[in-house]
Amino acid sequence: MADRDTNEDGAAADGGAVKDEATMPREPWQIGATHRKVDAMERMRGVTRYTDDLKLPGLLHCKIKRSLHAHANIVSIDASKAMAMHGVFGVVTGKDFPVPYGVIPWTPDENALCVEKVCHVGDGIAAVAAVDEDTANAAVEAIEVEYEVLPAYYDPQDALAEDAVSINPWSRKGNNLSKDVVLEFGDPDAAIEGADVVVEGDYHFEGTTHAAIEPHCAVASMEPGTGVLTVWSATQVSHYLHRELAKVLEIPAHRIRVIQPPLGGAFGGKSEPFDLEFCVAKLSMMTGRPVKCLYTREEVFYSHRGRHPMKMNYKTGFTHDGKITGVASRTFLDGGAYSSFGLVTTYYSGQLLCAPYDFPAYRFHSTRAYTNKPACGPKRGHGSVQPRFAMEIQLDKAAEQLGLDPIELRRRNHIGSDRATINGLMVGSNGFLECLESVERRSEWKTRRSSLGYGRGLGIAGSTYISGTNYPIYPNEMPQAAVQICLDRSGRARVFSGANDIGQGSNTMLAVITSEEIGLPLEDIRVLSADSDLCPVDLGAYSSRITLMVGNACLDAAKKLRRKVCTSVAKRWEIPRKRVTLAGRRAIDIEDPDRNVPLAEAFQWAETDYGLLGETGNYNTPKDRHGSYRGGTIGASPAYSFTAHLAEVDVDDETGVVSVERIWCAHDCGRALSRKIVEGQIEGSSYMGFGEAIMEEHLVDADHGGVHAGPNLLDYRIPTALDTPDIEAIIVEAPDAQGPYGAKEAGEGPLHSSIPAIANAIYDAVGVRLDRLPFSPPRVLTAIEERKAREAAGEHAPHKRRGDDEKRSA
Amino acid sequence: MAQPVLLQLRINGASHHVAAPSHWTLLEVLRYELDMIGTKQGCDKGDCGACTVQVDGHPVLSCLTLACQVNGRAVQTVEGLGFASSSGCHPLQDAFDRYDAAQCGFCTPGILMSAHAMIARLGRPVTREEAKEGIAGNLCRCTGYTKIIDAIVDASERIYCETTTTTEVTHG
Repeated sequence: MADRDTNEDGAAADGGAVKDEATMPREPWQIGATHRKVDAMERMRGVTRYTDDLKLPGLLHCKIKRSLHAHANIVSIDASKAMAMHGVFGVVTGKDFPVPYGVIPWTPDENALCVEKVCHVGDGIAAVAAVDEDTANAAVEAIEVEYEVLPAYYDPQDALAEDAVSINPWSRKGNNLSKDVVLEFGDPDAAIEGADVVVEGDYHFEGTTHAAIEPHCAVASMEPGTGVLTVWSATQVSHYLHRELAKVLEIPAHRIRVIQPPLGGAFGGKSEPFDLEFCVAKLSMMTGRPVKCLYTREEVFYSHRGRHPMKMNYKTGFTHDGKITGVASRTFLDGGAYSSFGLVTTYYSGQLLCAPYDFPAYRFHSTRAYTNKPACGPKRGHGSVQPRFAMEIQLDKAAEQLGLDPIELRRRNHIGSDRATINGLMVGSNGFLECLESVERRSEWKTRRSSLGYGRGLGIAGSTYISGTNYPIYPNEMPQAAVQICLDRSGRARVFSGANDIGQGSNTMLAVITSEEIGLPLEDIRVLSADSDLCPVDLGAYSSRITLMVGNACLDAAKKLRRKVCTSVAKRWEIPRKRVTLAGRRAIDIEDPDRNVPLAEAFQWAETDYGLLGETGNYNTPKDRHGSYRGGTIGASPAYSFTAHLAEVDVDDETGVVSVERIWCAHDCGRALSRKIVEGQIEGSSYMGFGEAIMEEHLVDADHGGVHAGPNLLDYRIPTALDTPDIEAIIVEAPDAQGPYGAKEAGEGPLHSSIPAIANAIYDAVGVRLDRLPFSPPRVLTAIEERKAREAAGEHAPHKRRGDDEKRSA
Repeated sequence: MAQPVLLQLRINGASHHVAAPSHWTLLEVLRYELDMIGTKQGCDKGDCGACTVQVDGHPVLSCLTLACQVNGRAVQTVEGLGFASSSGCHPLQDAFDRYDAAQCGFCTPGILMSAHAMIARLGRPVTREEAKEGIAGNLCRCTGYTKIIDAIVDASERIYCETTTTTEVTHG
């Protein structure tokens, strides 16, 4: 992070009368306000050009031939009929892309199109470029593929059987083990054995998908004159796409320009290269014409890269007063056919569980297997949403056994601030207690929980998440983020950033920081982002890294420019630099506010003194905030956010329908740079977790050859406005020294605890534990009927005076 | 390919003569023939609502509507929404902007068209429940709908009760 203003130049002019800005921060004029986003109105007018809105002269349309088998060798591909069709300009197959790739450099285990075998239904085999979509579809149909069908595996433990056929063609181990991680801290077996109470549970999260409303789309244009290949893609990781395009197409990166147009949602579903980007690029190179590919909704489902199915066993020990003594877990991850981010997911399934609660002993053993399903990858809350589901139900079970209030139990295990977790991650600021207190108070937990009748319940859960990762995906020591800002004599700022705005508002975040420092209103600031020819490299929109990392880089550049402008103004007014402030489109003398000039004039003075007003800003992560063991860097972040969710549900015990009435979500984002945008992230995360809890399940049908159970938005239901509960977003601010103005992430953390809060509320309502997602009516009803049978057999007292209520209504 | 048919479409008050294959949907004609990209394709199956436009004031899914079905009828798209207003944007668009009700914005044109039709049909300020019902056919994956509902209710109040005061947000 940039040094605060100190007196290395202009020291004589500054004198000692005015305190340094570091000790006397000026009143913020933008930070913490609400803003109209810099690019929202054009979206609402329908003039924003998303990738599929691009139209170039001579544009060809690409369609991809996809496997109908879950697992098969490709014996032959005959594209001669397709090539001979009128209007077809080119066909590519796996042989055109011999170089394998993978977003994680250690696991390059997929080709742009299948070379020798297909590994899941929907795997890409060949692609055509034709004059229009109808012709391209007809040509795809005309491609003949001969298969030799192989046995397919849809369960990670089946795939790991010794006699199973190896699925992934690049698997180095020659079996279906994708990644195995065992990490142990302290002595968890002894800690659990010596505990007063031990809770053990099996949990199953089948996995979900992103379902961004914009399908994946890419356009490529090879300019024959310059030899530059331009690729426009609906991606959230332009830079990784850029690198993999260069590798797979075997052309230098400097001959490729990657542009991310405005994006229609991503949630992790666009965070690595997909077959369509390679196909349109290669087909444009072959045909000399621009080529577009737009996935159908069905292809989006088959491309997936969504949340991993996980089967989890958890053992947790507690003392009588509710302190956690140790945690041990065994997890199987269903990875699907390729690695994607799976190496990281496997680590995250254990590494991110060591806060907000403190415990002295921990072991996790996570095993990821290849299966014949669409590959799994990162979805909002990468790798840690599933174990959080298990952990928070474990805590709820313990609270009941110990006769403790579940919020009180969490409070007693609070890890606090400025200390290391059991696995060596350094927690900085921590607003978790305030999060708990906020939702407890707003929901009137203390009075209402004990008074709600049978069928109605409240549930609590907590969580933590990273604000970016301290180590980049490919090892290097360059800055993790860089921003350029240019001021010009017309009184405007241009901000150049490689960061991908995927709807989360990162362009506005950059404008807010620039505005805060430079004094221009947002409408005078143009943010140009995610174009590899114009912008510095940024690693992309993932791991909740942008606000902290790119925000810090932007702040660095903006402070340098502020200093120059203030110095030039101070020189002309013959006052110390620190008497000058910039706000409201003016440079102002703090002690004599009537003396002020428009910023355009101040910029002209500064340009006269310094030449063109451009500065770069950089940010790099701390490298001393993790354990020294193998894997200890994974999960290490500059700062951690904290969340508490409290859900209120109404459960119909005759139908099993769970109605989530209200969700209170308090999230510690460090500092809210723009309040409504932060609230929007909390609301959107809570909504997404609610959908995963109640209705979403990404299922592959093993009984029908591995086809997707319903690759459309009718069968794969996501919540409508009528389904979605009222969500009360509560911003908690525990500023972190690592973040710009103290800011941490807000985009992913507030999803995690949404799901277990609902599970725990269902238990409070009707007395059934739901350890398998989603909480669909048949599953809930079955559990309620089992509970009633046990009550009838005298094994349980009736839950929450159920009998009394029934007597009253009778 | 099927023989093109000649259609006369009235879109946002302007007359368009289009030759399009008879199996083309209104969505295809809008996007491919007329370059009216404001109407979005999210699923092409009638599930997501991103392609919602109005025909004779009623919200319809343009991906499930054949272009020839709307021959001669009045079609309104998001591009026409703020057209008549002196500020260049409709109160709904302004409210969505103030509340940050659009995150990625991809579903927004469809939601605006559904909300606009509902507010016009009811002819009065709408409740939160009415707003939810009005956009129940439009999926949004970003927002959790909260700010969308806030914006629709606020806009309907501004349209029908000029005196209503609502919290102003700073425009940086």
